Amino acid sequence: MRFGFSITRFAAIVAKEFIQMRRDRLTFAMVLGIPLLQLVLFGFAINSDPKHLPTAVLVQDHSVFSRSLIEAMKRSDYFQLTSVLTSEEEARDRIRLGEAQFVLQIPVDFARRLLRGERPELLMLADATDPAATSSALGILNDLLRRTLDRELRGPNEWLRSRVGAARLIIHASYNPERISQYNIVPGLMGVVLTMTMVLITALAITRESERGTMENLLSTPVRPLEVTLGKIIPYILVGYIQASLILAAARFIFQVPVAGSVPLLMVVMIVFIIANLAIGITFSTIARNQLQAMQMGFFFFLPSILLSGFMFPFRGMPVWAQHLGEILPLTHFLRIVRGILLKGNGPREIAPEVWPIALFAVGVLMVGLKRFRRTLD
Amino acid sequence: MEAADPKPIIDVRDVTKSFGSKIAVNRIAMRVQPGEIYGFLGPNGSGKTTFLRMLCGLLTPDEGEGTCLGLDIRRQAAEIKRHVGYMTQRFSYYEDLSIHENLDFVARVYGIPQRRRAVDAALDRLGLSARRKQLAGQLSGGWKQRLALAASLLHQPKLLLLDEPTAGVDPKARRDFWEEIHRLADEGLTVLITTHYMDEAERCHRLAYIAYGRLMAQGTVQEVVANAALVTYRIAGARQSAAAERLRSAPAITQAVAFGRSLHVSGHDRSAMEAVFRDVLGPDQTWEPIPSDLEDVFISLMRRAEDNFK
Repeated sequence: MRFGFSITRFAAIVAKEFIQMRRDRLTFAMVLGIPLLQLVLFGFAINSDPKHLPTAVLVQDHSVFSRSLIEAMKRSDYFQLTSVLTSEEEARDRIRLGEAQFVLQIPVDFARRLLRGERPELLMLADATDPAATSSALGILNDLLRRTLDRELRGPNEWLRSRVGAARLIIHASYNPERISQYNIVPGLMGVVLTMTMVLITALAITRESERGTMENLLSTPVRPLEVTLGKIIPYILVGYIQASLILAAARFIFQVPVAGSVPLLMVVMIVFIIANLAIGITFSTIARNQLQAMQMGFFFFLPSILLSGFMFPFRGMPVWAQHLGEILPLTHFLRIVRGILLKGNGPREIAPEVWPIALFAVGVLMVGLKRFRRTLD
Repeated sequence: MEAADPKPIIDVRDVTKSFGSKIAVNRIAMRVQPGEIYGFLGPNGSGKTTFLRMLCGLLTPDEGEGTCLGLDIRRQAAEIKRHVGYMTQRFSYYEDLSIHENLDFVARVYGIPQRRRAVDAALDRLGLSARRKQLAGQLSGGWKQRLALAASLLHQPKLLLLDEPTAGVDPKARRDFWEEIHRLADEGLTVLITTHYMDEAERCHRLAYIAYGRLMAQGTVQEVVANAALVTYRIAGARQSAAAERLRSAPAITQAVAFGRSLHVSGHDRSAMEAVFRDVLGPDQTWEPIPSDLEDVFISLMRRAEDNFK
């Protein structure tokens, strides 16, 4: 008692905390689960140096140089040759749809002009919406080209070898030519903020009602559960649209992000994404017993959404299993939609393949949620 | 017993509800007449709240059937909800809404015609018109209770279910509350109310006592006391707690409770009890028979329930 600090009293508080921690199973699971999740995500899934990026080639000059360069790209970790194209139009299409990160075009007469010392151009078309995804691969390509030429320029052509850049690599970084990361981050933020608001706030708002006992009162009135649920989420949909508009305005006027596509189209498609997230929020609220649990479950969903969706780290940098997980998350697809519409000017045709996975997710989660939503208190 | 009214407000039989392996309500039958104040008593966790929730359509009984307001409790729960006012044990209106906003919300949920007028009338009746903009969370316990009552009456229900409405409310507010309940009953409202207070039990027209989900007794206060056939003595003198200890260990004595300087001792067999008194009590202690009161009866019923069903 000399310092007025009693070990017995202190130990009593510690022991009580442990008992309470153990009682709240879900919280306890989250306390262990969240670090594990982070460990897996950061340790295994996240890779800021993406490799095996899908690359298409458009070879208009069939020479030993072309073959050798393509061979070198195949051997490198950074490029994964997915298809051989035949027209420039096809090349632009692949990039716009996001099917290929790069298209390498080897123009007609490349070999002949190379041997004449005319320093011909090689064209690398890159989808630079996410600059982080492309920068190291492009650096590598320069290196590959130089080494390939060094190797292939033999005998009488050796004089070309030492010259800096016997061929010039022209990089055409589509959609974000200056490779400004804000162009990628700011539109993506729209999806992140919507996920946070829709999942967390709805889960909390509904859980609060049962935690404070007002749900019992509400259910004893003629109100139907559907009326309660819809009535509770509509205001948040509105909030979601306000958030989206704010970010969009900031993107346009503060960060000078180019808006290439149709904003109304984005606003319409957004509703599917919002519904998917609301469905998650509602389902969480049927499982969580109090707001703390709802919060933790929201966080448990939010974390992989941010890390695996391609918001923070290049999607294609992740191992295949993480990409598969990422494909399930609505945010992954929404990011492609937002970036596609704003940066690439994509229209309904291009974004359709990203809309239905979100819708499918929403339907699946809603089924779980409705099954758990108790009509009465029993 | 009483002349059967053709249309009871509540008429249920064999109502049973289990949660997992625990039987919360076990084959309860109840009939409540219009305009009656029906008291519902029993120890904590005896199934009172569960029973109320089944009556107002929040829970579906596992077994049993019957009607509430002439509507089937299994199939017409939605219709029942329109005509029942339910005041939960805990204050369950919105603490972050003002008094007026809470009442207005309830009025809209029930689709009350001429909503504004109905809400203003309720505020006037509550005497809260001047404080209508105050947040409900800032009200004291007594005022919260009055607000909850006003809100549950807003849609003019025919049946009012009150779950321990006066817990934690001061005696003056409690008395005012009961005045209001009696006034409402006089106007024809039927009230089913759960309570732990004996004085409140005595204010009810009729009572039911449940323990461990089973109905142990029902009727008027007089009937319940008479049917219990309990004999009670008052013992005066020194060393009460030692005497109580010894009395309780005797099989003929069901309970011995201290009341001030005397003991109230109850049992069922008058002569066996007096034999115990002669045996156990000292020369400075006297005993005299007194009428059993409701509390004696309830405690004895609870003991019996413990012996039989626990």
